[in-house]
Amino acid sequence: MGSTVWSMIEMTSEMEGLNIHNLSFIEWEHLDLSVARSEVVCLLGDSGSGKSLLLRAIADLVVNEGDVSLWGKRRESFSPPEWRKRVGYLAAEILWWEETVNLHFSKPPSQEDLEKLNLPHDAGEWAPSRLSMGERQRLGILRMLDRSPEVLLLDEPTANLDENSSGVVEQVLLDYIGEQSAPTLWVTHSKDQAGRVGHRILEMKNQSLTELDRAVLTK
Amino acid sequence: MSGAIELDFWDIGFAATIVVGLGILLAYYRLRVTRTLSIASVRLVIQLFAIGYVLKFLFAEGKLSYVAIMAVIMLIVASREIMARQKRRLKGWRSFGLGASTLFVSSFAIALFGLLVVVKPDPWYLPQYAIPLLGMIMSNTMSAISLSMDRLTSALNDNRAIIEQRLALGETSREAILPYLRDCIRTGIMPVVNSMATAGIVALPGMMTGQILAGALPTEAVKYQIIIWFFIAGGVGFGMAAALKLLEMRLFDERQRLRLDRLS
Repeated sequence: MGSTVWSMIEMTSEMEGLNIHNLSFIEWEHLDLSVARSEVVCLLGDSGSGKSLLLRAIADLVVNEGDVSLWGKRRESFSPPEWRKRVGYLAAEILWWEETVNLHFSKPPSQEDLEKLNLPHDAGEWAPSRLSMGERQRLGILRMLDRSPEVLLLDEPTANLDENSSGVVEQVLLDYIGEQSAPTLWVTHSKDQAGRVGHRILEMKNQSLTELDRAVLTK
Repeated sequence: MSGAIELDFWDIGFAATIVVGLGILLAYYRLRVTRTLSIASVRLVIQLFAIGYVLKFLFAEGKLSYVAIMAVIMLIVASREIMARQKRRLKGWRSFGLGASTLFVSSFAIALFGLLVVVKPDPWYLPQYAIPLLGMIMSNTMSAISLSMDRLTSALNDNRAIIEQRLALGETSREAILPYLRDCIRTGIMPVVNSMATAGIVALPGMMTGQILAGALPTEAVKYQIIIWFFIAGGVGFGMAAALKLLEMRLFDERQRLRLDRLS
């Protein structure tokens, strides 16, 4: 009896969102991290500290070991493409490979979305080579959201953007996170941004994660 | 058989003056290939004379075991060649094993089919038929396998970031590399297709020319050339498909992650 209650409690706590237990990849070992429903966890750290690798390990794009689960379901119970559709990974540099932008989407981005991100209304028909750095980045965010991911893994989503579009992108992402209750890991270099969007802020250093005090950080 | 005109050493010597002339020209322009050219010419002479004696011996003996030994030597040399032509190859013995197994399956199967079903010499392993047939299929298959494998590994290496982003969007590993795979198969098969399409118009194929020189009727020689091209096309196509499939299975793991770390 007692043990059933405990396992039920354990289960419900695991149902909360994205759970990472004992994750090891390349030089990093035994990382634990939980991101709850709708929670935004910001990751700070010097370049080379492994922030991008952590995101790629969660998306199962690099070799890794450990338990990763979403809403209480283990990663291994999904096929790799299915898992990666659920876990939206946004790379630091967005690449394009098809003839037109639209061919990268499962359904072309709506006029509303393009407008929201200050993109030209016919950008979908453009050849990717015509896009500026900022346009690539903003369309890349639409491309990721196009697959309706349940979790967001964002690698510096606003790095190539000016202050104005950076704010717009932040808002679009936060809206999505709110609507979908998506657990989110948000890598950033900017402490200001971390303070603005993060519920919790972690620093990746010496192969481990340490929680930073938000109050100290945003002062 | 009327037979071809016999050549003596003087004839070969006269022919060699052309290559010597070419070597002098290349040296004059300091192209640094004179040395390579002379080594290649000497190798050509030695290797072909040696194989001439080996084949003479094999034909005289006509034993299945000797033909089999010869076939295995050809397979080993060709597999080594496939491995040597890879800029980035699979670690360990896998590179050799992959080349050898796919080469074996495709070219041996087709050569056997040719001998047992189509040409039907008596006995079926008659070395005069078995060895040239296997050799022609195998050398073409070897080139196609090595070329397409090399192209696929470099394409995946050059486009690793794109492939990762395609996977991240939920594509399967096959979907993510399909354009590169298509390109490789096209590259591997095109030389054969082009040769088939222009055969007889632009150039007389080597084997047919040989038979005509040896006194065969041209109308008979073309029949052999036609079946040989069909065998070569089959060997090239099936061998390459098998090699690329095995390579793809090795370069992605069970979680469909791109594993370029498995290349040296």
